[in-house]
Amino acid sequence: MNQENKKLLQQLLDGEFPDSRGRFGIFGGQYAPETLMTALKNLDNKVKTLLTDASFMGELSTELNQWAGRPTALTHAKKLSELWGVEVYLKREDLTHTGAHKINNALGQALIAKKLNAKRVVAETGAGQHGVASAAACARVGIPCVVYMGAIDIERQAPNVDRMRQLGAEVIPVTTGDQTLRAAVDEAFRDWVGSPDDTYYILGSVVGPHPYPYLVRELQSIIGKEAREQIITQAGGLPDAVFACVGGGSNAIGIFHAFLGDESVDLYGVEAGGRGQKLGDNAATLASGKPGILHGTYSMLLHDDDGLVQETHSVSAGLDYPGVGPEHAFLQSIGRVSYTSAEDGEALEQVRECCGLEGILPALESAHAFVGAKKWAEANPSKTVLIGLSGRGDKDMPTLSKLFNN
Amino acid sequence: MFGSELIEDRVRNPQQKGPAIVPFITAGYPHKDGFLSLVQALADCADVIEIGVPFSDPMADGVTIQRSSHLAIESGVRLRWILNQLKTISINTPIILMSYLNPLYVYGYTQLAQDSKDAGVDGFIVPDLPIEEGEELREILKLAGLGMIQLVTPTTPKDRIKKIAAKSSGFLYAVTVKGVTGGNDGLPQEVTGYLETVKALTTIPVCAGFGVRSRSDVALLEPLVDGVIVGSALVEAIEDQVSPVDFLTSLRA
Repeated sequence: MNQENKKLLQQLLDGEFPDSRGRFGIFGGQYAPETLMTALKNLDNKVKTLLTDASFMGELSTELNQWAGRPTALTHAKKLSELWGVEVYLKREDLTHTGAHKINNALGQALIAKKLNAKRVVAETGAGQHGVASAAACARVGIPCVVYMGAIDIERQAPNVDRMRQLGAEVIPVTTGDQTLRAAVDEAFRDWVGSPDDTYYILGSVVGPHPYPYLVRELQSIIGKEAREQIITQAGGLPDAVFACVGGGSNAIGIFHAFLGDESVDLYGVEAGGRGQKLGDNAATLASGKPGILHGTYSMLLHDDDGLVQETHSVSAGLDYPGVGPEHAFLQSIGRVSYTSAEDGEALEQVRECCGLEGILPALESAHAFVGAKKWAEANPSKTVLIGLSGRGDKDMPTLSKLFNN
Repeated sequence: MFGSELIEDRVRNPQQKGPAIVPFITAGYPHKDGFLSLVQALADCADVIEIGVPFSDPMADGVTIQRSSHLAIESGVRLRWILNQLKTISINTPIILMSYLNPLYVYGYTQLAQDSKDAGVDGFIVPDLPIEEGEELREILKLAGLGMIQLVTPTTPKDRIKKIAAKSSGFLYAVTVKGVTGGNDGLPQEVTGYLETVKALTTIPVCAGFGVRSRSDVALLEPLVDGVIVGSALVEAIEDQVSPVDFLTSLRA
């Protein structure tokens, strides 16, 4: 990192980003329809107050501990360590209530929705994990919840659709656009535009207009805070590298944040390489995108020379998104985090390896991080790596059964 | 006359009695090869024409404009194509392009201003560009004499309406509903008070849009605003093979 980038990183560490315009360096902002601007400003003010309010943060912390099952374990993956020739530690977000890191954010935002006196909540979901987490959190705080989910995702993540309905949420299939996560976000925004006064939108990742990228990061940064302390205790020091999968990028931001100031720790985000490198065959936004504006934020984006957003492909619904959080674009631009990608087949192979060797079924999303870590291990024998195991793979059974039984 | 002044002038002085009529169409829909003849037909009976640049993620639009945008994209309609087409005709009615920001950003604002001017475009509406983010584009368009029409909505507080109006040129777009385009629920009860407030806070003309479908809607809005924008209802009429000229005529007294 050169001096200028070091300075930018320091500004981030000092809490200067997002700045007053909701930006991380040049990325971020608030590109929202005018109808939502008042709601976004109210949310921004509320977030600033609540996240520094001891009583609110205490309530959140109690709920995270007693309802969501935090802190989550840090597991030393003994057999993977042996096989890869490095010490592998897994931050077990799969052990949280509802089975993924998404609950950290959904619970926090549901509590904020309650403080804003919202009459209903809308959420979008890709893999269904954010939808399930939102449904559960809304049931817990007592607000009706509507989840938009692409028709394609409804099919490939069927178990989660039933779970959301059991938890009392209304699941609305999205049959427009690409019928995956991106179309679900479009539709959730449209719903919110239609009832900006009494509806709260629980956005599921570090994307969208300010203050969402900031709010979601703050709610997810507990992953890294816990993991950093745990690995110091269990491994006797900091890891050499941290790997996390990146779709919108919430679990990655969550685990990275505590390590940003640790110069000796290399940070790696792993995106969905899908079927290959051609535009439309993957969701590797940071690896192959260009700056652009989607869903209210200026960030890296997969779009063509006419500015039309491209369809993406990934075997994992949660990574199947053409945009990425603006803070990731910033961290890439200053060289603090490196972003690579893993293809569908590689991720599936890592699901198998982790199941067989560690007795843990990781989500297809999380398996992308394992692919990156395994490759890194080849060049870094005997070092220590921390992997963000963002969620469990039960929801992927329809996909896995189809692929592995053939 | 600058494009922004031309728009303002036409909204203040409509061709016929009643409010200025501003039809919206999605470029190249329903047929790419019928685009220019549709624009020319509208030019004869409209005061200003709003042309939608189709985008892949029209987050502020309802089902009708989602459908028209999607099909226009499928048939190859792009911003560059629209500008090249418009360059080949000369009409006397001001043209506004409605586009989400990303296609404009990718095109490059300076080039956009130049090519738009060459194509006879007079102004822009960008639904996902609030005033806080719009400074750069607004300044570049202004240098080229092009208008930037800003939107206010029923959720916009009074002091913000004033700020937005001060940054708007051509006219101020008053969204009548809380919601996306193409609503079928009719104009809300509060629309009268809301538009009176907007009018009182601005000096430039005000046009009302979203949910304007019929003569009775126009009659309700007529005493309150300078012009009305008709989008989804016109697109649907065109889909139903109704002549756009007949449809717009039916909106007038």
